[in-house]
Amino acid sequence: MAHDATHAHDDHGHAQPSGIMRWLTTTNHKDIGSLYMWFAGIMFLIAGTMALVIRAELFQPGLQVVDPEFFNQMTTLHGLIMVFGVIMPAWAGFANWQIPLMIGAPDMAFPRMNNWGFWLLPVAGFLLVLTLFMPGGGPAGGWTMYPPLFIQGGISYDLTIFAVHILGASSIMGSINIITTILNMRAPGMTMMKMPLFVWTWLITAYLLIATVPVLAGAVTMLLTDRNFDTHFFNAAGGGDPVMFQHIFWFFGHPEVYILILPAFGVVSQIIPTFARKPLFGYASMVYATASIAILSFIVWAHHMFTVGMPATAQLFFMYSTMLIAVPTGVKVFNWVATMWKGSMTFETPMLFAIAFVCLFTIGGFSGLVCAMTPVDIQIHDTYYVVAHFHYVLVSGALFAIIAGVYYWLPKWTGHMYDERLGKLHFWLSVISMNITFFPMHFLGLAGMPRRYADYALQFAEFNAIASVGAFLFGFSQLIFLYLIIKAIKGGQKATDQVWEGAEGLEWTVPSPAPYHTFETAPVVK
Amino acid sequence: MKRSALRPLLGKTLAALSGTMISGVVWADYQFNLREPQSALARDVYDLHTLINLVCLGIFIVVFGAMFYSIWKHRKSAGHKAEHFHENTTVEIIWTIIPFFILIGMAYPATKQVLAMKDTSNPDMTVKVTGYQWKWEYDYLKDDVKFMSTLSTPRAQIQNKEAKGEHYLLEVDEPMVVPVNKKVRVLLTAGDVIHAWWVPELAVKQDAIPGFIRDAWFKSETTGTFRGQCTELCGKDHAFMPIVVKVVTQEEYDAWLAAKKQGAAMAAADNSKTFGKEELMAKGEAVYNANCAACHQANGAGIPGAFPGITGSAIATGPIDAHIDIVLNGKPGTAMAAFGNQLSEADIAAVVTYQRNGLGNSVGDVAQPVQVAGMKGGAEAAAPAGN
Repeated sequence: MAHDATHAHDDHGHAQPSGIMRWLTTTNHKDIGSLYMWFAGIMFLIAGTMALVIRAELFQPGLQVVDPEFFNQMTTLHGLIMVFGVIMPAWAGFANWQIPLMIGAPDMAFPRMNNWGFWLLPVAGFLLVLTLFMPGGGPAGGWTMYPPLFIQGGISYDLTIFAVHILGASSIMGSINIITTILNMRAPGMTMMKMPLFVWTWLITAYLLIATVPVLAGAVTMLLTDRNFDTHFFNAAGGGDPVMFQHIFWFFGHPEVYILILPAFGVVSQIIPTFARKPLFGYASMVYATASIAILSFIVWAHHMFTVGMPATAQLFFMYSTMLIAVPTGVKVFNWVATMWKGSMTFETPMLFAIAFVCLFTIGGFSGLVCAMTPVDIQIHDTYYVVAHFHYVLVSGALFAIIAGVYYWLPKWTGHMYDERLGKLHFWLSVISMNITFFPMHFLGLAGMPRRYADYALQFAEFNAIASVGAFLFGFSQLIFLYLIIKAIKGGQKATDQVWEGAEGLEWTVPSPAPYHTFETAPVVK
Repeated sequence: MKRSALRPLLGKTLAALSGTMISGVVWADYQFNLREPQSALARDVYDLHTLINLVCLGIFIVVFGAMFYSIWKHRKSAGHKAEHFHENTTVEIIWTIIPFFILIGMAYPATKQVLAMKDTSNPDMTVKVTGYQWKWEYDYLKDDVKFMSTLSTPRAQIQNKEAKGEHYLLEVDEPMVVPVNKKVRVLLTAGDVIHAWWVPELAVKQDAIPGFIRDAWFKSETTGTFRGQCTELCGKDHAFMPIVVKVVTQEEYDAWLAAKKQGAAMAAADNSKTFGKEELMAKGEAVYNANCAACHQANGAGIPGAFPGITGSAIATGPIDAHIDIVLNGKPGTAMAAFGNQLSEADIAAVVTYQRNGLGNSVGDVAQPVQVAGMKGGAEAAAPAGN
């Protein structure tokens, strides 16, 4: 509490611009964290609406709502925006808010680059949405941008490439900032092996970003020159190879899925000990497991390409390496269960989402194992089984962890408790509708329905109708979440400094809401 | 346990589960599992999938049984006090090593299947399959039989103007026909973008990549009609280029092949004939609807911004040679394909005539097969210099 007085005093020392300029020029990690979160939230509504257009079209066989060309634009933009405009910015928002608070640093290492890194995002988001209003409509070649299909399109395809470049630049700036902050600005006594697991997972994520985003930038640059400057990187007629794009893209793309999920592992590893009132089981093995997953993620990329016709040795190598990932991932799940074991558990909304994460993410892990087996994958590649798989790891995985994290830290950010009753309603609606939406997709894929289809054969009608009903329920349930956040910002029951009975860590030692500047004098960690 | 014994086990479990879930609903419409395999390889894949599912189910029950037991017993509201253990190296080592051995057990059958799938040696016959936006071409290499296979579901069904048929979106005008119990090697490539050729019952899926040839094989043990679809996003009509494989007895296959050869000879004769305008227009309309209408639309209006219209277009109302040229050679960098290697000269002459004198255009001239053939030869001769 002694901090309080000093902070109040310091705030007078800064001449803060007000209104929009405050947000445009801010270098404060908390402001920038909030900006990231709001950006992710807005893009979530946009890309979620696109998902509902997709599910509306797929409610019944035949074309009812949109034509196939627009349908493909929806699937492409839904994927691109959800990955680059929602999940990644949301994690960057958590990193900005929480990393300095959790390691006892006054701010991020490069505050001005932090500002620039964020403000690139709305530009890229704007470009992506703008594509829909270009002649010929938005990009319709899939979020994976495979040539030669991606070479065929119009101006919106170039805009998409520019947007991906800008998003990549933003990610790299964010990563450099996060790595530098974690390595240099930890409070005295905060050794690496004392860092909260969320900080560890983000440190490893940031390295993955720095290693892979330039690879993506290279791949899309080659697409750009193939499209506009008559190069033939991916054109067989000119000596190129379309499959080379897939290798380069997935060399980025597979680590990318861990970029999306590792911070989720971190958040869940913060939440479960808090509500089990028991320290995280196997802290060191969690760190090693995270690092192992990150390293393995660089040698599994071609499991996305089992049907391109690789030699048997390559297929076997990528099958074995992919299966290996199950080992460290399993360790994590076992550790979470062991953390709960013989704890003293309560089930506030963050804990509910964290438990749902452990259970449903594991279902996504199991279907991942099924996909890892090359002969089985050849059957289910590019079918709805894969759609089910990656939505289990991204919706009930990454997204549920983001939601859990927001509920967990919202009292610290706003100073007010959220409405617990509505939070639980949000949880139950989300978890039920999520399963109604995505579980039947396993059956659709096994029965033979390919993905990215605007229309389908009659035997797939029933499960598609069920999935569509679930999707609308899930989509509208998220409005409760938005309402809850706004309500907590405006007021509500005052949060204590510690907020949760079992919470431990530096962020819970500062007042709620966290003052504009924290840890100007570094705390000492014993 | 014998591998094939695993298969009915999971099927029964799923059937029992779903039976309670959806009693009273028509069973046949809820397919929960892979389709009934029709070859030895497909059966192995089916069994491998069942095996992995059972392993996963077992792990799931153990791990989440423990978790939900803990959630129930170790609640604060039940008065449980937290213990403070948080490390146990022995346990960590055990749950790292056990999954490793389970994985090895799964990798063994999978490895055998990968090797079997890749073994395309000593086929009984070879068919080259080429993917185009949005149709498949089958080329029986040793028999000089080559044909296009396009979706035969009427557009009116897709637009919900007619009732949908039993094989909605899974039917073609010309199926691929192969004999039963013969190892069929398929060579796959594509003319424009990447497609993928998939027949679920035969467990064969292979990307068709422009400029490269990949191979795969299948050997059906039963006769019947097996239906698959394109599984690599290839543009707007990705959902409308199904694959139909008709597996027949050797005698039926021989008869089919002979009929095909005769048909090909008659079509070749068309290429040296001179047609009247009426004939060309009638034939041209059919060719247009099968090959052009997907992008340029059945009425020739196109889709503004994405696909140019034919009605009133500079090409369709301009010099006829330029018109034939773009149909023959396509327009690089766009979805406009080179139809010179997909359609016969008679077909191209007909469709050009139709585009110039139908769809709201009335230029008046006609194209003849010989004219197209002349330009085709010329274009081929000029190609090396042009590039």
